[in-house]
Amino acid sequence: MHIIDRRLNPGGKSLENRQRFLRRAKALVQGAVKKTSQDRDIKDVLEGGEVSIPLDGMDEPRFRREGGTRDMVLPGNKKFVEGDILPRSGDGSGRKSAPGQGDSEDAFRFVLSKEEFVNLFLDDLELPDLAKRKFAEAESEGLVRAGYATSGSPANISISRTVTRALARRVALRRPRPEAIAELEAQLEQETDEDKRAALLAEIEALKAKAKRIPFIDPIDIRYRRFEAVPKPIAQAVMFCLMDVSGSMSEHMKDLAKRFYMLLYVFLTRRYRHVEIVFIRHTDRAEEVDEQTFFYGPASGGTLVSSALQCMHDIVRSRFRPSDWNIYAAQASDGDNATSDSENVARLLTDNILPVTQFFAYLEVGESGTYSFEMPDSALWSLYERLRANGEPLSMRKVRDRSEIFPVFHDLFQRRGTTQERAAS
Amino acid sequence: MSGLLFEGADWNFLTLQRIHDACEKVAHKELGLDTYPNQIEVITAEQMLDAYSSVGMPLFYKHWSFGKHFAYHEASYRKGLMGLAYEIVINSSPCISYLMEENTATMQTLVIAHAAFGHNHFFKNNYLFKQWTDANGILDYLDFARGYIAQCEERFGRLAVEHTLDAAHALMSHGVDRYPGKKKLDFREEEKRAGKRRLYEEEQFNDLWRTVPTGKVKTNAVLNVERRRALLGLPQENLLYFLEKTAPRLAPWQRELLRIVRHIAQYFYPQGQTKVMNEGTATYVHYRIMNRLHQDGRLTDGNFLEFLQSHTNVVFQPEFDDPRYSGFNPYALGFAMMQDIERIVKDPTAEDREWFPDIAGTGDEMAVLRDVWANYRDESFISQFLSPSLIRQLRLFHLHDDPAERAGILVDAIHDERGYRRIRRELSRQYDVGYIDPNIEVVDVDLAGDRRLMLRHTVVKGAQLNETDTKRVLQHLADLWSYDVQLTEVDAATDKVLKEFVLNPRIQPAAA
Repeated sequence: MHIIDRRLNPGGKSLENRQRFLRRAKALVQGAVKKTSQDRDIKDVLEGGEVSIPLDGMDEPRFRREGGTRDMVLPGNKKFVEGDILPRSGDGSGRKSAPGQGDSEDAFRFVLSKEEFVNLFLDDLELPDLAKRKFAEAESEGLVRAGYATSGSPANISISRTVTRALARRVALRRPRPEAIAELEAQLEQETDEDKRAALLAEIEALKAKAKRIPFIDPIDIRYRRFEAVPKPIAQAVMFCLMDVSGSMSEHMKDLAKRFYMLLYVFLTRRYRHVEIVFIRHTDRAEEVDEQTFFYGPASGGTLVSSALQCMHDIVRSRFRPSDWNIYAAQASDGDNATSDSENVARLLTDNILPVTQFFAYLEVGESGTYSFEMPDSALWSLYERLRANGEPLSMRKVRDRSEIFPVFHDLFQRRGTTQERAAS
Repeated sequence: MSGLLFEGADWNFLTLQRIHDACEKVAHKELGLDTYPNQIEVITAEQMLDAYSSVGMPLFYKHWSFGKHFAYHEASYRKGLMGLAYEIVINSSPCISYLMEENTATMQTLVIAHAAFGHNHFFKNNYLFKQWTDANGILDYLDFARGYIAQCEERFGRLAVEHTLDAAHALMSHGVDRYPGKKKLDFREEEKRAGKRRLYEEEQFNDLWRTVPTGKVKTNAVLNVERRRALLGLPQENLLYFLEKTAPRLAPWQRELLRIVRHIAQYFYPQGQTKVMNEGTATYVHYRIMNRLHQDGRLTDGNFLEFLQSHTNVVFQPEFDDPRYSGFNPYALGFAMMQDIERIVKDPTAEDREWFPDIAGTGDEMAVLRDVWANYRDESFISQFLSPSLIRQLRLFHLHDDPAERAGILVDAIHDERGYRRIRRELSRQYDVGYIDPNIEVVDVDLAGDRRLMLRHTVVKGAQLNETDTKRVLQHLADLWSYDVQLTEVDAATDKVLKEFVLNPRIQPAAA
């Protein structure tokens, strides 16, 4: 008899099968994922979780019989006698539900991991103009510690490692310690018996010879720190969240904006190792704030959109060199702006902001209840429309309802062929 | 020999060895079992789930449906809807039993007695398994199948392979030979043969042959119906075999895939026919072994009580009006019948002597049981050995449900003198594979015309095929056949045509 411990074998043997299954069910699962996401908070959405998909297309058909006259033998008769007629219950077909064919026929529920969930959710999205700047693909070399080597430059000698090895070797080979020799010499001085002196002398000689043979540090002890060059992608992005917080922006509108920002954030985190977020809120003055203040802080006043753009521009100049950072911006607003501000906005966008950003999205939020296309074009919308007509890479959408956020986001980031198409959308 | 095998619930590999040796002694010396060598593998719950979704086999080819089953099992396991089986055992030599690490020492003893001796003996000795399965070669064959399918995916694309496998799976239950053929399956040979054939094909491949003009086609009149049917081996109920051999447009690798699926279906075929016996045997064996170990003072009373509790759960049979009822529990029925046989052999009543003159009172219950285990399957086992006393004990009754009968369902027989034989006959019929699967055969191919493949479903007792599913399966069939497929449902008694399906292949055959 053999006993084999398989517990250490890698589990997840069916991972491959699971992936095949997901691939096959992709359209269905994606639909389910999006449906599920609408009812949840964005944070929870990205936790993964259970989805259910219709079995249609995923079932495995077999020839099955049904109907006809049936004979069954059952256990547990209590009162029937031969010839009894039992009334059929319920549906009239007289059929009890067959075993193994319960609810599982309608829908198939299973748990997606966080990774799978997000993957499916964002699967057909991509960042526009990723290759716009050459650094998007550029990589720099970084050095990473990679253990020890027996050769190298003197500057890289690892003293502690070398000494440890030397000590170990000396202990193993029994190199006498200097104190041991000194002790014997002291004994020798006090010793008077000639025979013993001779013996001691011989011993001291032997030890000294040995101490020479086994040096304190031998070349074989020496270890050098080893470094390996690892390509390091420049993978950082900054995301600017610009929001109008003047009195006209209701909680609902802020909520819409927040959802959009969170999606953008999640999306960016998947592309870049490091994503910074800058929150800028503005009335007629703009300021950089933290997230809490951004979404929940009370503020009121007039509206000057250019102030926010100016603020963003300043921050980019001082902290995020466009050659090192991928810059994204999303602006949410109800569309109100002072008429006199239009020229400033246009100038800031065209001259300073759009040339350095990878993507600039404008989200016009409205009260729920009406349809997006019923929203009259606002001042800001008309302005942006005009800029876009001039060929500026602006993406703009109107949103009224929570449930529109995902489609709009999806729409904005849909994989596309050319920039022209994007600009045209 | 004596002393406790273990104390408490903990176990280690030495304990397992001790348990195995103790069980082996009882199994071989006292029960006279004859087993394949054992291989016991300890696995985790996650690995058990893995094993579940590849029909319990340690290696299996990749396919999405296994992933689906895994996801399904996993979801219900995590929700606590489903417990995991304590063991999975594989009909191979050596006989592999998986044990879960979470089991207590008592459970490990139970599982070893149950799987490594009960199932093992049954696999090695039952005639169906001897006839249909090759325990020595199965693992090698599966290894070959997995490699071959992976290779096909590389060469012909994952999607093409998936389509073929989907189609083959849909026909899997109609891919078995129900009667022993000319030769025994030998998976090792099979694997070598396939390899050689591939090699030969590659060596012989010469693109020039493609351009050689073909001769005149024989006139259709020459092929009269009788001869054609004989040539095609019709009627044929093994649909996969028929397609593999005669489907006109399949690529060689597709035929090989059908063959693989067919062989695997055939390998599992005996398991479907011997569920009651197989589980009954294993349960009876573990019950005997555990009792002996307890009597010999090798299990504490506490451990034995723990065993009894699991055992009772396993052999629990809810009654028909119990919400937990979902058909007969094969463990319960099998175990009850085997205990009943033991009683008849050792301590028969007058009724038993009348019903079972051959075995009643012969005294050696193991000799009788070993013979039963070797020579019967569920259907014949029940029709031979279900005794009146057990029918009374289980209070069995027979219902006849005729949809045409407005009044209701008729109680046709109960556990009384007049009912015993009828109940026994009906119950045994419930386990008759020839009766469970719809009887579908290939009856003809319209070679003279549009190459339509003609199938016939012989409808018994008015049970017709489920329409949606049938269309889907036929679609797969048509895709493999590449021409139209027609299925006619014919009433067995009256020969009246009840229904007809015709499906076209999704990929139209290109002009040849």
